[in-house]
Amino acid sequence: MSLFIVNILDGLVTGLLLFMLCSGLTLIFSMMGVLNFAHASFYMLGAYFGYQISTYVGFWPGLILAPIIVGVIGAAIERYGLRRVHQYGHVPELIFTFGLALLIEEVVQFFWGKSQMAFEAPAALKFAAFSIAGNAFPAYKVFMIFIAIGVFLVLLYILTKTRIGMIIQAALSYPETVQNLGHNVPLIFMGVFGVGTAMAAIAGVIAGPVLGTFPGMAVLLGSIVFVTIVIGGLGSLWGALLASLLIGWLQTFAAAYNLRMADLLTAIGLTEPADLAQSLLSDLWTLTLPQVGPILPYLLMIIVLALRPQGLFGKRET
Amino acid sequence: MLKVRDLNAWYGKSHILQGVDFEVGEGEIVSLLGRNGVGRSTTCKAIIGEVEPAGVVEFQGRNLAGMKPYEIAQAGIGYVPENRDIFPGLTTRQNLLLGLKPGQKDGDGAGRWSMQDMFDMFSNLRERADVDAAVLSGGEKQMLTMCRTLMGDPQIIMIDEPTEGLAPKIVQQVGELLERIAERGVSILLVEQKLTIAMKVSSRVYVMGHGRIVFQGAPAELEDNPDIRREWLEV
Ligand SMILES: Nc1ncnc2c1ncn2[C@@H]1O[C@H](COP(=O)(O)OP(=O)(O)OP(=O)(O)O)[C@@H](O)[C@H]1O
Ligand SMILES: [Mg+2]
Repeated sequence: MSLFIVNILDGLVTGLLLFMLCSGLTLIFSMMGVLNFAHASFYMLGAYFGYQISTYVGFWPGLILAPIIVGVIGAAIERYGLRRVHQYGHVPELIFTFGLALLIEEVVQFFWGKSQMAFEAPAALKFAAFSIAGNAFPAYKVFMIFIAIGVFLVLLYILTKTRIGMIIQAALSYPETVQNLGHNVPLIFMGVFGVGTAMAAIAGVIAGPVLGTFPGMAVLLGSIVFVTIVIGGLGSLWGALLASLLIGWLQTFAAAYNLRMADLLTAIGLTEPADLAQSLLSDLWTLTLPQVGPILPYLLMIIVLALRPQGLFGKRET
Repeated sequence: MLKVRDLNAWYGKSHILQGVDFEVGEGEIVSLLGRNGVGRSTTCKAIIGEVEPAGVVEFQGRNLAGMKPYEIAQAGIGYVPENRDIFPGLTTRQNLLLGLKPGQKDGDGAGRWSMQDMFDMFSNLRERADVDAAVLSGGEKQMLTMCRTLMGDPQIIMIDEPTEGLAPKIVQQVGELLERIAERGVSILLVEQKLTIAMKVSSRVYVMGHGRIVFQGAPAELEDNPDIRREWLEV
């Protein structure tokens, strides 16, 4: 039971972290109509900038400054890059974001090299917040949960309770009509892009010390992020939240419970072949849950898409 | 107040507006009539900047051609498109609030209209003030889009086919709203296909055919000109 609670908390950390990327990406998708392949690259930039700033002035200023810098870079890329490419249609836009992802990875490797950075959690948070039956839960993870929930609440408040949030919602469905009413929609879209990338950067800064700050981190998380927003339903914030948590728990539990395929197969009445090494099915018999863990999100995506092609909360026809 | 001179517009290679000329005076109701596809909506879109215009769109002495739609709206031109786009997921009240321009406040007395005025004119909107506006009927949506644009206190409002597909009683309400708008000194460019309310409320009418103006005059003159009506209006 105690292990179960630890896994719930660990999964929550992963899920909320995912959501910080997914919420921005899904908003940007509703706006542009295409997936931004470079979204996780801004998460990586956040981690690297956070690390670099932490080497001069410590972790906390980095947590504030890195997202601001990344947000400004994101806004500039929207203003001077994506907006120009937009008029040529969706395919060039996709290619642009794809190229951007490659470019950011190259730039990161150019300045920081290929190896992992020594980005560490601040000393003030290096203690066990509590422990459940001998399993210590680090204070840093509690901090991550609070940051992510805080970011989510601020986003929710802005989108549903403020005038700018209403304008954003309206502009997602009818940008022209909103513009004809006198609202500077291009500026609003640039702002949404900037805030979305800044949120990815916050996730990068807080994840860097636990998940590692290395040039592959964008690709590693990026593919899961896409799977998540497809499961949640493209363009749906609540769908992104639900899917993020689902994937977070799925991955955590799959890694924690060492279920073996052999047990499952014998449980349904099959007998394990004596000369397993010789058997064609040896791979199947020796499979364990932690081994298949990484592909579970993709499996879940396939199941969801088969049953509900628009995703859990999606409205758009696909 | 609004003078359009030699207005041209294209969709890709097709030359839709081929030198449109007309003007709307201070506090005047002017109708732009014509059959389907002659370019009436395109004229509105070229004025608001949604379609790139060539020519002159002079508003209060300033040429607006080439400016962005939000700048043109902020300059005082209101536009109610024919598609009756209601922002889904937002309530009737929120839809109305979105008509306010940046920096404008509802009910502070600075503009001609308040949300209260809209609710007083259309009790249906008041009753449905806090429900998702996507559930409104066609007539209610038409009223809401017109009221939403009025919330931004335009000096002139272009209304594209407000009566299309509406029951006679609602059409009459639209006519009454047009008169109230004019009473408060707002000029109206009314785009219509049917003559019913246009002939009643307008001081002047223009008839459009194939991307240019083919007739202009008082409603009575159009009434007396069966040739023009037969050639450019009747179906
Ligand atoms: N987005 C577009 N792309 C290409 N052609 C268009 C587009 N919109 C309109 N057109 C064409 O431009 C011409 C004028 O269209 P417009 O919408 O201005 O007509 P209209 O006079 O408003 O008539 P109605 O609203 O009754 O259709 C039509 O021939 C139409 O086919
Ligand atoms: Mg039209």
